[in-house]
Amino acid sequence: MFKNIAAYGWMLIDGLILTIEIALLSFMVAILFGLIGAYGKLGRSRINRFMANCYTVIIRGIPEYVLLLVLYYQGAQLIRSIVSLWSEPQGFIEINSFIAGFITLGFVYGAYATEAFRGAILAIPKGQVEAAYACGMSRWLMARRILVPQMWRFALPALGNIWLILLKSTAIISLIGLEELTRKSRIAGGATRDPLLFFGIAAIMYLLLTVVSTFIIKYLERKNNYELRKPGI
Amino acid sequence: MDFQLLQQYWPDLLKGAWLTVQLVSLSLLIGFILAALIALAALSRYRICRCAAQGYIFIFRGSPLLVQIYLIYYGSSQIGWVQDSFLWAILIDAYWCALIALTLNTSAYTAEIIRGAMSNVPQGAIEAGQAFGMSRWLLLRRIILPQAFRLMLPAYSNEVIQMLHASSLVGAITLLDLTAAAQNLISRTYASNTFYLAIAFIYLATTYLISGLFRLAEKRLYRHLNRSH
Repeated sequence: MFKNIAAYGWMLIDGLILTIEIALLSFMVAILFGLIGAYGKLGRSRINRFMANCYTVIIRGIPEYVLLLVLYYQGAQLIRSIVSLWSEPQGFIEINSFIAGFITLGFVYGAYATEAFRGAILAIPKGQVEAAYACGMSRWLMARRILVPQMWRFALPALGNIWLILLKSTAIISLIGLEELTRKSRIAGGATRDPLLFFGIAAIMYLLLTVVSTFIIKYLERKNNYELRKPGI
Repeated sequence: MDFQLLQQYWPDLLKGAWLTVQLVSLSLLIGFILAALIALAALSRYRICRCAAQGYIFIFRGSPLLVQIYLIYYGSSQIGWVQDSFLWAILIDAYWCALIALTLNTSAYTAEIIRGAMSNVPQGAIEAGQAFGMSRWLLLRRIILPQAFRLMLPAYSNEVIQMLHASSLVGAITLLDLTAAAQNLISRTYASNTFYLAIAFIYLATTYLISGLFRLAEKRLYRHLNRSH
């Protein structure tokens, strides 16, 4: 058992690092899509609102694994047909599983982040928005100075949950061949005929990631809410 | 979208959909019963029960479902005493492994939902029940559980939808659920657009059917509160 761990341990650590990388990248993409989605949902333009609603409704209704398959296997075709709108595509386009993985996860969790940001922006007292307009701020200046700095605090609990779910969803990307933690442990388990050990180690690593993330989220929440803390509790 | 292909192959998709429905409904049913017990343990007076329940919830909520499925399918067959017992016949079959993994996974999430709902039942209602001299079980049966059931509905509807989506992963251990059936058809016919669109639509429709049903149930259970409107 220890011989196997010594032989394949580094492989698992590599996988763990890749898992963390892809989770962080997906989370950033998710925040980006979330901001765009929230802008669409709360904006004045009816078309944007409709599109943002379609985005959240459709994405939240389809399993992420199906979306991943679609993007991974169909994405190349899609890019090809988009490129061919203005020029003849040259060569063969292939999306690698890393890019397909983090874009899909980011796109999926962006739909959840949209709701988080929307809720957070709506939680900001309306009086502040009116006060900003009364001071003569434009819409963008108001958004930049009043909404964006404050919304993180309200969005943080929901974003924390999204991060925890996203972290575990990265395991799905192993199904399209990305060699992250789950895939590496599968390889190691197959090679040593000891899948119990390696999947067990993978599960423990995921649990550790969850624990560390929970601590960081709690810390950020405490730090963020220092003036909202109720006295005496 | 090629309707002719769909017309030709819909029995395969239907078979996959039936497997998905089976897995999801069975695991939700068994998982709910398990979850109720775990939630009771998590709120128990005894520290050992609380720790065990919290550990269970932590482990199953903290690790990915895919790893859990692999652990049960590939890992469990390695343990000596499992091989000698009747469990061997169960754990050798991908269907039962998937069902067990999904059940354990949903029971942890549901237990957390039930626990949250039970601790959100108004303290006054519980005290009133105690003042009537109800025993712990009577209180649980008549006051806490009915109210908790109502409180947990929105979160539970999300869990049901999550399970529907999570069941798409059982293809990883050779089961032909809706997603895997579509993949199978795609490798046979190369009509990826058609079948991906078809299953995406099926999942989408089912998801919103479920959330609609739950909203209806919620409306019904809360109807005493909006009589005035």
